[in-house]
Amino acid sequence: MTERSTVTTTPYTIGVAPFRPGDEPSFGGKFTEQPEDLNRPDPATCTTDDTVEHAKGLIRVLDDDGEAKGEWDPNLDAATMIQGLEYMMRLRIFDDRMIKMQRTGKLSFYMRSFGEEAIAIAQTMALEEQDWLFPSYRQPGAQFVRGRDMVSMICHCIGNTEDNVRGRQMPVHYTWREGRFISISSPVGTQFSQAVGVAMASAYKGDDEVCISWLGDGTSAQGDYHYALNFASTFKPPVILNVVNNQWAISTHVSLATGGRTFAERGLAYDIPSFRVDGNDFLALYSVTKWARERASAGLGPTHIEVYTYRAGAHSSSDDPSAYRPGNEFECWPGGDPVERLRDHLMKIGEWDEEKDKALAEKIDNDVMTAYKEACEFGDLASGPYPPASTIFTEVYETVPWHVQEQREELGK
Amino acid sequence: MAKMNMIAALNSALAHQLERDPNVVIFGEDVGYFGGVFRVTAGLQEKYGPHRVFDSPLAEGGIAAIAMGMGLNGLRPVAEIQFADYIFPAYDQIVNEIAKLRHRSGGEFSTPVTFRTPAGGGIKGGHHHSQSPEAQFTHTPGLKVVYCSNPRNAKGLLTSAIESNDPVIFFEPKRCYRGPFYGDPHNVPTWNNHPDGEVPEEYFAIPLEEANIVMEGSACTVIAWGAMVHVCEQAIKDSGVDCELIDLQTLVPWDRDTVVNSVKKTGRVVIVHEAPKTSGFGAEMSASIQERCFYHLEAPIERVTGWDTPFPHTTEWDYLPSPSRIAEAIQRTQEE
Repeated sequence: MTERSTVTTTPYTIGVAPFRPGDEPSFGGKFTEQPEDLNRPDPATCTTDDTVEHAKGLIRVLDDDGEAKGEWDPNLDAATMIQGLEYMMRLRIFDDRMIKMQRTGKLSFYMRSFGEEAIAIAQTMALEEQDWLFPSYRQPGAQFVRGRDMVSMICHCIGNTEDNVRGRQMPVHYTWREGRFISISSPVGTQFSQAVGVAMASAYKGDDEVCISWLGDGTSAQGDYHYALNFASTFKPPVILNVVNNQWAISTHVSLATGGRTFAERGLAYDIPSFRVDGNDFLALYSVTKWARERASAGLGPTHIEVYTYRAGAHSSSDDPSAYRPGNEFECWPGGDPVERLRDHLMKIGEWDEEKDKALAEKIDNDVMTAYKEACEFGDLASGPYPPASTIFTEVYETVPWHVQEQREELGK
Repeated sequence: MAKMNMIAALNSALAHQLERDPNVVIFGEDVGYFGGVFRVTAGLQEKYGPHRVFDSPLAEGGIAAIAMGMGLNGLRPVAEIQFADYIFPAYDQIVNEIAKLRHRSGGEFSTPVTFRTPAGGGIKGGHHHSQSPEAQFTHTPGLKVVYCSNPRNAKGLLTSAIESNDPVIFFEPKRCYRGPFYGDPHNVPTWNNHPDGEVPEEYFAIPLEEANIVMEGSACTVIAWGAMVHVCEQAIKDSGVDCELIDLQTLVPWDRDTVVNSVKKTGRVVIVHEAPKTSGFGAEMSASIQERCFYHLEAPIERVTGWDTPFPHTTEWDYLPSPSRIAEAIQRTQEE
């Protein structure tokens, strides 16, 4: 964990980001933690105490040379890994295209998952299709895993006539019932404690369903994070609770947001098995999530995971990180680039090469452009058409009550 | 029919719902083994099992959140917030999440949660056991807001609230749990001899859109909800004016036709609530009535409410609308 630095000349402690614009960032080179450091406890018998070292350390599978090692290696077949690589590449290319659209006024707002592509994709691939996804902002990639059409996603981001939430939400606030992907919520963190309730309902009904939720290091200051851990600890439903520690909450570095130990260690106090995992290591993420699902599915309750990563891009299209951090921090991040790491591994084992990679990137780029053009046929941001104004008044209640109906008639549309 | 106080009536509504719908679950602080600090859930855990009626950790924000999650995954949760004053840690989950889920998901998700919460003053509860925060929820699209006043409508309305596919905030006037309240702290009758203490034992529902005309009259329409309904009854007797008393019962959506028809008949209106005056639901009623009935009004619309101050402890009888304050307002409407 990065040492937390503070200002000590103030009457109380003020955290300090390790590096600011103009500083030369360094995270001490490569991770000292190695894939073979930590064992993989048996999920059927594991106690919280068996995970103390896992919560303090860092679970890795891919080493610095791109080799998969240690007990946490999920031994995935090449096809599955290539599928994961495809989803991650697709997300990055999709994001790049969408941010360009935003910059040219074709979307009102956008948020990229840059640097964090492995997280939702590997973790969702480790789950079953009936499992519930309660995401934060940087998990839209889960929808690719579940098969959501890019046209539908772009229609939402535009807010046009085919937006499944009828132009009611800002871009990237995806909702998708078919994929069990709950509506992303801007007040942040609310989904975390809701996920515990979803999992309780699954357990109540006796369904083999697990609920996974994510929130950020900044959001872990919210009450909802602590409600979730405490309720999960109390009722032990099948829920997987992830803190995505990407170092930055907009401009607030994690050093300014908590004086505590690792986020994973917080789970230990709630008597929840807790793991800290390299968030840029596709295989480690997959493996830990698989472990958590197996345990949840067996009725053994929640798992708490700190996903240790770095937010490589801006918080959103409205944010300018050059104002608060050095531009080259991501290049120094010991976890590297999650897409490159899986790609390097596949190349190392002879399952991938530059040619295939280039061809796939081109294909995805074409697919994204085609999807974008198709989405615009249902309306673009500048000229519409947008959903009819009458949709302002629908789905507020199951049926439209008289006072809402009167107001709709007043609008006259 | 059986004689019930409001606690027994609410308990009966909950028991019927547990019996009829296996997806109904009940939880909150102290509601399980103990049966609730006001005993509304007494005996239910024993009868229906600890997985259906259970104690939650002491965190209203968490209670609301798990209710939201359970509701969108097929259950029909009934969560108790022990006092309405304690609901604010849950406000974000209720206002931003639960109320808006159906709309913001394009109808793909919804959550049929009911929050039961004892509200209102008259029990020497000071400012944190006495507030009546209905207006903080009537201002939130997506919520239905219900305020019962007697055992009969407590049972009927709670049944409909639980069965509603929209989230409902259900206020219970705690001062009336064991008897009607006529504004005199030294006179504490029980529900025993009150006609609304006669409650159907079987399944019983009252639609959420309907107000109840408690007494018919032609000279003034008095609109109230919760414990104030009974205080108004006393005030009307004291005033000697032939008033029509409307127990609104459901605040959102309120019963437009009953209110408008009454005001067009009487031409005079007094609105009474415990909550502070400024931005209280009485302001909404007053504005809506003048929009719809302006040319029928013979006098300014009167509001008799709690003061725009925190709710007091030992001086609560000077805070709550009293029969005399209400009677004076009724009489003022007759002067024009």
